[in-house]
Amino acid sequence: MNSRMLEEIQPFILPVIYAVVIVAVLPLLAGYIVLLERKVMAHMQARMGPMRVGPHGLLQPIADAVKLLLKEDIIPDKADKLLFWLAPLGSVTMALLAYAALPLGPTFQIADLDVGLLFILAVSSLGIYGIVLGGWASNSHYSLLGALRSAAQLVSYETAAGLALVSGLLLGGSLSMKALVEAQDQIGVWFIFLVPISFFIYMVASIAETNRAPFDLPEAESELVAGYMTEYSGFRWSLYFLAEYANMIVVSGIATTLFLGGWLRPLASVHQHLGLPFEALDILPALIFLGLAAWCAKLAMRQAVPVQKMVMFLFVGLFVVLAGAMAWSLTSPLMAGIHGAFWFIVKVLVYLYGFLWFRFTFPRYRFDQLMKLGWQFLIPLALVNLLMVAIGLLLHQHFGWWLLWTVILSNGLTLLFAAWLGSENAKPSSTEAEALAAASGGK
Amino acid sequence: MTFDTIIFYFFAALAVVSAIIMVTRRSAVHSAVFLITTLLATAGIFLQLEAEFLFVVQIILYVGGIMVLFLFVIMLVNLDVAVRQIQFSRQSWVGAILAIALGAQILMAFRLGSGAFNLPAASTRAMQPNAEQIGAALFQRYMLPFEIASILLLVAMIGAVVMAKRKI
Repeated sequence: MNSRMLEEIQPFILPVIYAVVIVAVLPLLAGYIVLLERKVMAHMQARMGPMRVGPHGLLQPIADAVKLLLKEDIIPDKADKLLFWLAPLGSVTMALLAYAALPLGPTFQIADLDVGLLFILAVSSLGIYGIVLGGWASNSHYSLLGALRSAAQLVSYETAAGLALVSGLLLGGSLSMKALVEAQDQIGVWFIFLVPISFFIYMVASIAETNRAPFDLPEAESELVAGYMTEYSGFRWSLYFLAEYANMIVVSGIATTLFLGGWLRPLASVHQHLGLPFEALDILPALIFLGLAAWCAKLAMRQAVPVQKMVMFLFVGLFVVLAGAMAWSLTSPLMAGIHGAFWFIVKVLVYLYGFLWFRFTFPRYRFDQLMKLGWQFLIPLALVNLLMVAIGLLLHQHFGWWLLWTVILSNGLTLLFAAWLGSENAKPSSTEAEALAAASGGK
Repeated sequence: MTFDTIIFYFFAALAVVSAIIMVTRRSAVHSAVFLITTLLATAGIFLQLEAEFLFVVQIILYVGGIMVLFLFVIMLVNLDVAVRQIQFSRQSWVGAILAIALGAQILMAFRLGSGAFNLPAASTRAMQPNAEQIGAALFQRYMLPFEIASILLLVAMIGAVVMAKRKI
């Protein structure tokens, strides 16, 4: 390798390090989101959840991962071997690739692409191949039906999600993820407060796109066993699982960047120093971690088994170290990225909590209801919303209207349209009315 | 050989090889998978030309949209019979003659026109953001053709829905 080639490779070194960190940390994070899901579900159902492996089940994800890795890998006899082997890999690769353009902090980003948002949308739409091909290659009816449902669902809801994102793009004036966050910093308000309806549409569509309850038709266990994953076991199955949770984090990341202000802390436009060498509100992350450490210490005192106590104290130490890092990031500008990453991750976790909350709150939709909601409600609503946002922006920028008035006007009109659309959809359509009449006539 | 050329030949070879594999597969799903690979490799070449908007649009439209629907249809239609039959066996020599004729034409075009097709040298500085440029070109300079094309597509779409479904 000559020196010129080294020079050409030079700009790739830092992104590669970031990429390795993300690929290494993400599966662990996904495991802990699964644990969180089980814990949240347990608390919502007044149960304990995983308690045995580690204190409060904190080591459960690691035990699960070991179990999945050691499990027997079964390939159905008449499966298409190549595609069966390739499909989960494709799913997980595409899910991880989307992280290349997600900005965790002002400096913590693998690549600041000019078309960052489109890139993430493009790559995450490729994840569907893992599901479709896996379902087909399994040579099983349940798998194929799950795969087809998943493809139909994704194609239907991608439109609504895309249209919802465009209204955010109009406000930000760029496709670059970094520029979008900076635009929110300049305007001084997160876009969710300007275009709440877009956020709502994107949230519903993103749940449908990641095949989560109440839109988990492709893996509805009461109808399709496990949908496209029916024939998968062991490590391949866990790859699908990882892809699903990685995709959840990606859509949360998009929503966080576009609507929730990305790495900006809450009240980003408030600059209060109170005589300190840094902004007063920036001290919050360190305090939060110290609080977590205190809480873990309190739990550690209560553990009866010495090993459990030790593990709990390890977590106390971890949180203290994190609090120290946060405090250090206050004074050193180099570490400002960590501070941004903290708020980004907190927002992503809040959004993910919404995912879990919906899962345990709403019953599953029927497939025709799902299609009806997507095509007859969300897409028209997204179109009208986009038009209203564009008109509001025009009034604000070219006619000098006050931003608040345009926001109220455009969102109010969109809400009126939504109400009309909802009442219109509630009436049975002509074919349904005929079917009803035929059914009652038959009796 | 620079890093750039290595990347170009990687994508180019990937596109050509997977196109050949795509044509020779018996199973329609396998063909679709290799067509996806070809399209992705082409997208990679777009990206290398710093046409990142084209790169993303190629992936979103062709790979993420059209090919998903292709696969959808392939899975719904029963293709087992076609797989078992030997196809195009009798037309193979016709195909060979046509391929040779086409290849000769292309070669001749290259020989006759060599040197006539001078492209300006690529600028060394980074290109301007081309999402904005394409948007401005489509919505300002070529506004009318763009709108006509959109209406044409809309009419085709409505026509397809009307033909496929008598009652809506």
